[in-house]
Amino acid sequence: MSTTTAPSRRKSPVSAAAPAAGRTSGKTSINGRTFTIVSVIVLIVFAIVWLIPSLFALKTSLTDNGTAALGATNILKDWNPTLHSYASFFQAGDIWNWYFASGFTSVVTAILTVLFASMAAFALSRLKFRGQNVVFLLIILGIMIPGQVLIVPIFQELNATNLLNTYWSVIFPQVPAVIAVFIFKQFFDGIPKELEEAARIDGAGIWKVYWSVVMPLSRPVIAAVTILTFVGVWNNLLLPLFVLSNPNLMTIPVGLATVQGSYGLRYADIQAGALLAALPLIILYLIFQRQIVEGVTGSGLKG
Amino acid sequence: MTATPALGRTAAARTTSEVRSTKRFSPLSRGDGRRAWLFLAPFGVFYLAFLLGPTVWMLVSSFFNTSTVHAGLGSFAGFKNYGEMLTRSDFWSSMWHTLQFTIYTTPPLVILAFFFAVLTNRIRRGQWFFRLAFFLPYILPSATISLIWVFIFTPSSGLFASVQSALGMTPGAGVLASPNTAMIGVAVATVWWTLGFNFVLYLAGLQEIPRELYEAAAVDGATTWNQIRYITLPLLSRTTTLVILLQIVASLKIFDQVYLMTSGGPGISTQVALGLITNTGFTDDRIGAASAASVLLLIVIVAIAVIRQIIDTRLARKDA
Repeated sequence: MSTTTAPSRRKSPVSAAAPAAGRTSGKTSINGRTFTIVSVIVLIVFAIVWLIPSLFALKTSLTDNGTAALGATNILKDWNPTLHSYASFFQAGDIWNWYFASGFTSVVTAILTVLFASMAAFALSRLKFRGQNVVFLLIILGIMIPGQVLIVPIFQELNATNLLNTYWSVIFPQVPAVIAVFIFKQFFDGIPKELEEAARIDGAGIWKVYWSVVMPLSRPVIAAVTILTFVGVWNNLLLPLFVLSNPNLMTIPVGLATVQGSYGLRYADIQAGALLAALPLIILYLIFQRQIVEGVTGSGLKG
Repeated sequence: MTATPALGRTAAARTTSEVRSTKRFSPLSRGDGRRAWLFLAPFGVFYLAFLLGPTVWMLVSSFFNTSTVHAGLGSFAGFKNYGEMLTRSDFWSSMWHTLQFTIYTTPPLVILAFFFAVLTNRIRRGQWFFRLAFFLPYILPSATISLIWVFIFTPSSGLFASVQSALGMTPGAGVLASPNTAMIGVAVATVWWTLGFNFVLYLAGLQEIPRELYEAAAVDGATTWNQIRYITLPLLSRTTTLVILLQIVASLKIFDQVYLMTSGGPGISTQVALGLITNTGFTDDRIGAASAASVLLLIVIVAIAVIRQIIDTRLARKDA
């Protein structure tokens, strides 16, 4: 699909962008306007293409299972929206367990990550100590080691410590997010030393400088790291898939993965489940759009 | 859990040299040493227990016939696990499928993200709408995107089959059912899902290019195409390198979409590296062999990370 449309997409910036040349010269400002109109149209077309899968899933989830089983054409033609699929999910009860598991593990991991990563970053950024370079090297090494590749030894470790099938088995391995230390350190490095020195002259200890001076100034990074960790843990499939086998403890992605097969032709129910899995994240995104986007660019550029 | 003694030892070593080193530090940071280690300790414990520790254990167990069936490392195997992996055809085909996935996803994820970002950046009002449309899929769980796309690719009655029929084409047995197209289906879902990440990186990069550069170029009579070619593209080269390398590393770690959409099938046509590792470790109970495969995958990932570091330092130097 993408291979057939790619060439035509690639051509567009050339033809669409050409008229904009005159935008700054004033004389050809009409061309500038034409360019803007063309690019808006092109973008709207692609934005719609990008929205179709989600909107189609939404439409399916609001159709009854019988109509949905007849196929895409029938789903699009059907105009009797029903909340039946959502209602049956909520009545079945599993979803509440999944929400709790995902919510609990995501919140606890986010709190521990923010607290521990910011403390470590504080030490690296504001304090001087022997072995600092070694610690820094270990942190860089940690960025290169992806947690996914460690799934087998981590499983063995959790098995040996009897942590399998507890929420801790999902939380603990996700706490050492080295990238969070990096993001915090980057931000702390930018806080003027004078602020800290003033506090210290007033008799504040290191802990107080961290907790009452540096952390309150770091709200934007705290928000970004919190949300990115939350989203990351909520969306994680690999780790909980192998460390949780008790259905009562399953997080949403695992629950959905195990239920997928047993739902057979109940397409509307499956799509409702898919959207319910994402619902808290969509709400979070709409509230914290800026922090999420800034967090992503921060983690990408400074990683 | 081995963290505390190690940290304690180093902290003790630090105190003996405190007198010597305080001279170099400002009076304000005197005595920071021990407290610095206290600040590092909580993260350090988790780092050693769930990142460095497992890595070392993985390296060690890759040389043993470790299995979940019996406790401990099992008998010593030397390089046998590595030898087995490097001669197993399904190891190489899983590496090939991973590469195939990278080849399918990287160009559209770079080109489309760049294209969408350049256009969006030119628009003054309504940017939020395009951010929403392109970025929202990125925060969806892989379980959600997989269920959505499996449904779209449902044979004969799915949305994709309906579009094909409407265009006068004959829908086949389904994109995900054929060994030739299953990986393309996974790639399409992934491009749709993760484009927003690159899109946002490019938007951030574009916003750092000073407007005056374009204005000066326009005064000199440069066409917009030339402006993109000689200003935008070179100034975004750092973002592009980053995007490509991040994508390659992400592709090497691909698991979720494949597990949920095709479970490696049909046959083993979409079996990827992590799929092979988890199968060997958890289904076949052969931890040692799975560890060897993990180490091989890790070597590739670290090599790319090192390349990225080198390129990034070079580009940073060029920028400065």
